[in-house]
Amino acid sequence: MKKTVWSMCGMCSVRCPIKVEVEDGEVTWIEGNPHILKGSLCAKGSAGVALHKDHERPQQPLIRSGGRGAGKWEPVSWYTALDYVAEKIEKIKDKYGAKALVMSCRGGPWQDLVKAFCHALGSPNFTNHDSACGRNVHHASKSVYGLGRKGFIYDIANAKHLICFGRNLLASLRVAEANQVMDMLDNGGSLTYVDVRQTLTGIKATRFFQVRPGTDYALALGIINEVIKQEAYDKEFVEKYTIGFDKMAEFVEPYTADWAAKECGIKVKKLKDFVTEIGGQRPKVIFHPGWMLSRYKDSFYASRCLHILNVLMGNIEVEGGQQFPKGPGDCGVKGLRTFSSNVPTPQDKRADGVGWKYKHFDKGPGLFHLFYEAMMTGEPYPIKGLICYRHDPFSCFPDVRTQKEALDNCELLVSIDTHYSEFGWYCDVILPESMYLERETPIATQKGLKPRFIYRDRAVEPKFNTKPSWEIFKMLADRLGFGEMFPFQTAEDIWKWQLEPTGYTIDDFQEKGFVSLTDEPIMYDRDNLEGKFKTESGKIEIINESWEKLGIPSFKPYESPKKPPKGRFRLVFGRSPVHAHSHTINNPFLHELMPENSLWINKRIATRLGISEGDWVDVIGDSQIGTVRAHVTEFIHPEAVYTVHGFGRQVPLQSRAYHAGMSDQKLQEGLLLMMDEAGGGLCLCEKFVTVRRSSRNPRRRVEL
Amino acid sequence: MNKYMLYLNAKRCIGCHGCEVHCKANKNLPVGPILCEISHEPLKSVKGVPKTEFMFRSCYHCEDPYCVPICPTGAMKKREDGIVYIEQDKCIGCMACAGACPWNIPQVNPSTGKAVKCDYCMDRVDQGLKPACVTKCTTRALKFVALQEI
Repeated sequence: MKKTVWSMCGMCSVRCPIKVEVEDGEVTWIEGNPHILKGSLCAKGSAGVALHKDHERPQQPLIRSGGRGAGKWEPVSWYTALDYVAEKIEKIKDKYGAKALVMSCRGGPWQDLVKAFCHALGSPNFTNHDSACGRNVHHASKSVYGLGRKGFIYDIANAKHLICFGRNLLASLRVAEANQVMDMLDNGGSLTYVDVRQTLTGIKATRFFQVRPGTDYALALGIINEVIKQEAYDKEFVEKYTIGFDKMAEFVEPYTADWAAKECGIKVKKLKDFVTEIGGQRPKVIFHPGWMLSRYKDSFYASRCLHILNVLMGNIEVEGGQQFPKGPGDCGVKGLRTFSSNVPTPQDKRADGVGWKYKHFDKGPGLFHLFYEAMMTGEPYPIKGLICYRHDPFSCFPDVRTQKEALDNCELLVSIDTHYSEFGWYCDVILPESMYLERETPIATQKGLKPRFIYRDRAVEPKFNTKPSWEIFKMLADRLGFGEMFPFQTAEDIWKWQLEPTGYTIDDFQEKGFVSLTDEPIMYDRDNLEGKFKTESGKIEIINESWEKLGIPSFKPYESPKKPPKGRFRLVFGRSPVHAHSHTINNPFLHELMPENSLWINKRIATRLGISEGDWVDVIGDSQIGTVRAHVTEFIHPEAVYTVHGFGRQVPLQSRAYHAGMSDQKLQEGLLLMMDEAGGGLCLCEKFVTVRRSSRNPRRRVEL
Repeated sequence: MNKYMLYLNAKRCIGCHGCEVHCKANKNLPVGPILCEISHEPLKSVKGVPKTEFMFRSCYHCEDPYCVPICPTGAMKKREDGIVYIEQDKCIGCMACAGACPWNIPQVNPSTGKAVKCDYCMDRVDQGLKPACVTKCTTRALKFVALQEI
């Protein structure tokens, strides 16, 4: 029997809407939702079929029977596993209070259920991976606009110029966004790309600045200086909507284009020409404020400057600029009912200090890495249990050894995931979630100029004894005595309950897989944006006085990044279009395309070290070592070496990924608590590693 | 006369290798055979920007293919519209076709032991659809073109 099912891709965190065709219980075809993506899908999206067939994923609940990480598991029933977890949770609650439990999830449109579950447990400690990802960008946005980093969408397709500071968007690959970039280029738009190495995005650029690692902030300051000098900014917009311009102008005075060019190692004429060009193209100029910017000690400030450059371009609420994402309210539709609204918020202070010790940070998910500090010190109170849903802290956060030491103070570690994550392998219990084609998810709101409600239906039945997350949380809630806060038994119940205030029913989703809340795109009146900026002053705060009072300056004096000592290099990392971090490394199809990572190293340096293309090289942190093949290229800065993140996995049951390539996060020793105090992000590019030609390169070969 | 061609707009191609997986997933292929391939030359600096262009290669569906006459069982065929394909029931997996092909295009499908190659997804084409690689191309860089005589 044939059927068509509307779903959303789960291969990476973009969650592209997809159409799935199923024949006799097997997936035969997946394509991008034709109404939204015109069929387009990336390699990962099509490899979902291989994930569904893959046996190398948890097939039933597992309870650890050996030491943590020893890989001895007892397969158990769902009842046994959930009873075990519930009992452990109750024990921790009795002994230390519910706040001793931390719940983490991967973030995204469905975190509401997980957050509600955490709050229903009685713990304020809901968190996600973002302090190793976009927190600096998010907090920079909050400090400028009072809005989070999703407070704007970028109309790239209609822009005249897109500037990416290391935002490698054609490799990170959001399908819709990649098409926007290509459309912009087809329409004659310019793309300026800034990075320490050349990338997939950079090869499409019309201008490329290869900068010294860690100098993004210098370049951004220099651009602001030159924009002011050339009067290449929207004076009217700045006058009307911002505060603090003069103070900024005074601050950037010494940071001239000449200074910045020298600091970054680029040509000053090229920089000045760039500013002249954007001066003529504004307001249709977009400075991408960055995505994964947990990189340097001043990444928060670099991102803050990029946000401000957007303001100087006056690109807000214009075609080809940044636009406010519109929600159901803008369409006269009531929003979806949320699970959190059904659950009281616990009043305890968060253990990560967010909200009381760190008052300027967003309380939503807080900062994950700071829970490790609480585990280690017992301050402000002990943390004794960690449940990670679809989140692998060992692949995401640096210095896995230190993480394990902290986790050894916990009495319960649970992983709820479709994969064997590295964290899962160290846990006490693995609760296997059905992969995305085998499960439904709650309805999500996708904001935009044409906002919509969208859902994921179950395409095929689970191959193994796995369950969708909503069922896992519901069954746990029932055991913990707060099942009534989650009033549903089936996915249909959830949808109906969510949709009740909106007036829609799930039948309205059958035609296209989503419900569009408006026919025409909605734009606000750009001359009347009062109330749209959620800062204390209601203006765009180039200088944020309330943060300054908390000791967070709006600009900080630039400090030149440390030069690595001889023989050492700054380890930088990034994405490939065929993998979604560690998530896909073991996928048969994607493994076939890219089975391991390599180390990019500058040609001149490599020659000096006697390293040729394809040689094995040892990459050494403090105590950890990774061995991969070298990619020798002139298109990386000599101070940096680069690798693709996500490899070097050590879960034996993932036979393809096992020990393939190297793991950057294991080499990032000592960085677990190195936080940018202003932005909350970690500083993952602040590690120097030693590189040498490996002794594994054969010179002689002895057989028998 | 060949009726169809696959054309890659290299300006739009971002080298994401989506087409390779779209093809494999549609043909239900195991790890091993890859029927179309994206490749590129090493980067070269052009006006200060390191550049390269992506190239796409699959079966050329030759006007006068060597693989067809060499096939001992008549499994390799050329249709009237030019599509060269393998009739799976007749194929014995001898791979004479791969030896005859100047580009070694036909590959072994280890799960069937038979030869497999790009057939422009002719089952889809016959339904009025486009090949998998074109339908799902991430940036809509691949085109399935119907050739016209001039």
